[in-house]
Amino acid sequence: MTRAGGRSYAVLWGLIGVIILLALWEGYKALGPSSGVELFGQGILPKTDDRSMPHLWAMVQRAAEPVNSSAGSPPVWLAVIGAALNSLGVAAVGWAVGSVIGLLLAILMQRLRVAERAVLPWLILSQTVPLIALAPLIVAWGGKIQIGAFSWDRWMSVAVIAAYLAFFPVAVGALRGLQSPDTIHLELMRSYDAGWFKTLVRLRLPASVPYLLPALRLGAASAIVGTVVAEVSTGYKGGIGRMIVEFAQSGTSDPAKAYAPIAGAVVLGLVAAGLVALLGLGLKRFNRQEVSS
Amino acid sequence: MKHSKRITLGVAAIAASAALILSGCSSSGSSTLAASSSGGALTPVKLQLQWFTQAQFAGYYAALDQGYFKDEGLDVTIVEGGTDIVPQTQLADGAVDYAVAWVPKALASREQGAGITDVGQVFQRSGTLQVSMADKNIKTAADLKGKVVGNWGYGNEFEMFAGITKAGLDPATDVQLVQQAFDESGLLDGSIDAAQAETYNEYAQILETVNPATGKLYQPSDLNVIDWNTEGTAMLQDAIWANTEKLKSDPAYQDTTVKFLTAALKGWVYARDNPEKASAIVVAAGSQLGASHQLWMTNEINKLIWPSPDGIGVVNADSWAQTVNVAMNAKNLEGSTVITKEPDADAYDNTYVNKALDNLKGEGVDVTGTSFKPLTVTLTEGGK
Repeated sequence: MTRAGGRSYAVLWGLIGVIILLALWEGYKALGPSSGVELFGQGILPKTDDRSMPHLWAMVQRAAEPVNSSAGSPPVWLAVIGAALNSLGVAAVGWAVGSVIGLLLAILMQRLRVAERAVLPWLILSQTVPLIALAPLIVAWGGKIQIGAFSWDRWMSVAVIAAYLAFFPVAVGALRGLQSPDTIHLELMRSYDAGWFKTLVRLRLPASVPYLLPALRLGAASAIVGTVVAEVSTGYKGGIGRMIVEFAQSGTSDPAKAYAPIAGAVVLGLVAAGLVALLGLGLKRFNRQEVSS
Repeated sequence: MKHSKRITLGVAAIAASAALILSGCSSSGSSTLAASSSGGALTPVKLQLQWFTQAQFAGYYAALDQGYFKDEGLDVTIVEGGTDIVPQTQLADGAVDYAVAWVPKALASREQGAGITDVGQVFQRSGTLQVSMADKNIKTAADLKGKVVGNWGYGNEFEMFAGITKAGLDPATDVQLVQQAFDESGLLDGSIDAAQAETYNEYAQILETVNPATGKLYQPSDLNVIDWNTEGTAMLQDAIWANTEKLKSDPAYQDTTVKFLTAALKGWVYARDNPEKASAIVVAAGSQLGASHQLWMTNEINKLIWPSPDGIGVVNADSWAQTVNVAMNAKNLEGSTVITKEPDADAYDNTYVNKALDNLKGEGVDVTGTSFKPLTVTLTEGGK
């Protein structure tokens, strides 16, 4: 009972948060100066005219209209859902690849102290490489890969970039989890004459679950961000990131259109985190106290 | 025991879902591959665009749709661009076989070591304008004095700097330059007096917006434009670039280049003679832009190409010289120029396009378009 009550409270607070955000948008639009607020010649608050900040109902109305006037053009909201599912598929591949790599790296680092010292700084360094520098390289390398009937598609470049962002939290979280068992438990395993592998499977992996689950959720969010950015960056067709740019192109004359895919991308991130949380239900037995990483 | 069983289950579930996703994606990948390899002995060719599918590239999509590439024995894949995809780099790196790029940007890439050659100068004119509201009375570059002038930066600003300098003004002190977003909202809300726009895209976006003063869409009569073609500082834009190294060493690539140009230029002739159909082909190819906007773009691109007195795709020595001159001499606010020295002799080569034009003339195709008449396109609100 209390648990269910807690959950509905969480939903309620979430809703209140959204409503406050919407009220802020319309409130600033109603009260803010139409030419925005400038400080020392630098715009610090946006303009409030209908082109810069369309009304919320204009966005909703635009989302219900067809994308364009060509025959058979779907309504914007439907196109957004299609694009979001496409991005979700690519992000899922990136997340799965990134998570496996992250987990393997964590196991390697746990096994070999020297590996932890050698690899961990590189992992942190890897996340400081800007995506915009990385994306064209990955596309260029991918363009040259042609092994028999296999040829590199643009979506794979996007998935690689998503994996590149997703593996990091998983690697760090899993490493902390694998190192989390108490000495007393490790010594018990040793007294059973359990080897490294057995200790890993019986003790370290189960113990890592409370650390791993939030890491996987973070990884999912990173994978979505990576997918959206990489779509824009590489021009991969069909996903939500590219749709944001394409709709924003008509921002001058059709400003409300671009907000539907932006909202879609936000929902997509929530859905991805939710899907990973479902995965956590299967591992609930081990998730004694989830640790935020 | 219980623990390990649960773990196995969990891992199995993860593996299964990953496998499902992977197989789902790979099956769609292999089906496209099967479709493209069904042509038999066609030579695979990849063409890199600068941006997403839109009528700016109508000729290539028309050539694909009408089977012109296939007629030449080519299996062409059109690769769309993205914000961080530099076509010249993709071409120089060997990821694609040909690339569409603006001449000044490609010359800058060449100076940084990209081995690429202009083999087909599709656009004969520049599409870049400086647009202002009619009441500001900005009709020539000289009128920009004391005005707030928008530019996109990223190498799109040099025609404007050259034009301002040519008009006897100092870009640093006589005009107030501001960085402009890739839309026209600054012009419409009055924060920019003269905004940069391409005839085929951003200019149309203005005309697709309701003028609050009249309640109707903005009309060309509500606006003034400075056309860098008439100011004499225009630079050449979309051209087909090929890999210099392969052009020199690989006879098969030379042969493919002629075939590719033959089909691509024929596609552009198709777009000239059937603008509505060409526009529909681009929409069908997946452009998200609205139909009226797309037709406008097709028509404006046609104006940039036709008439081509030397034949479509031939690099005109005078336009080239003007482009190089502006690229070497126009300084932006940071004091840098597009290039620092004359491009070498490999920068452009008319050999292949002339062979392609001979092929087309042999087929009875009009390659100069001297009698070209543009359409009058009616735009709708939002370009829908």
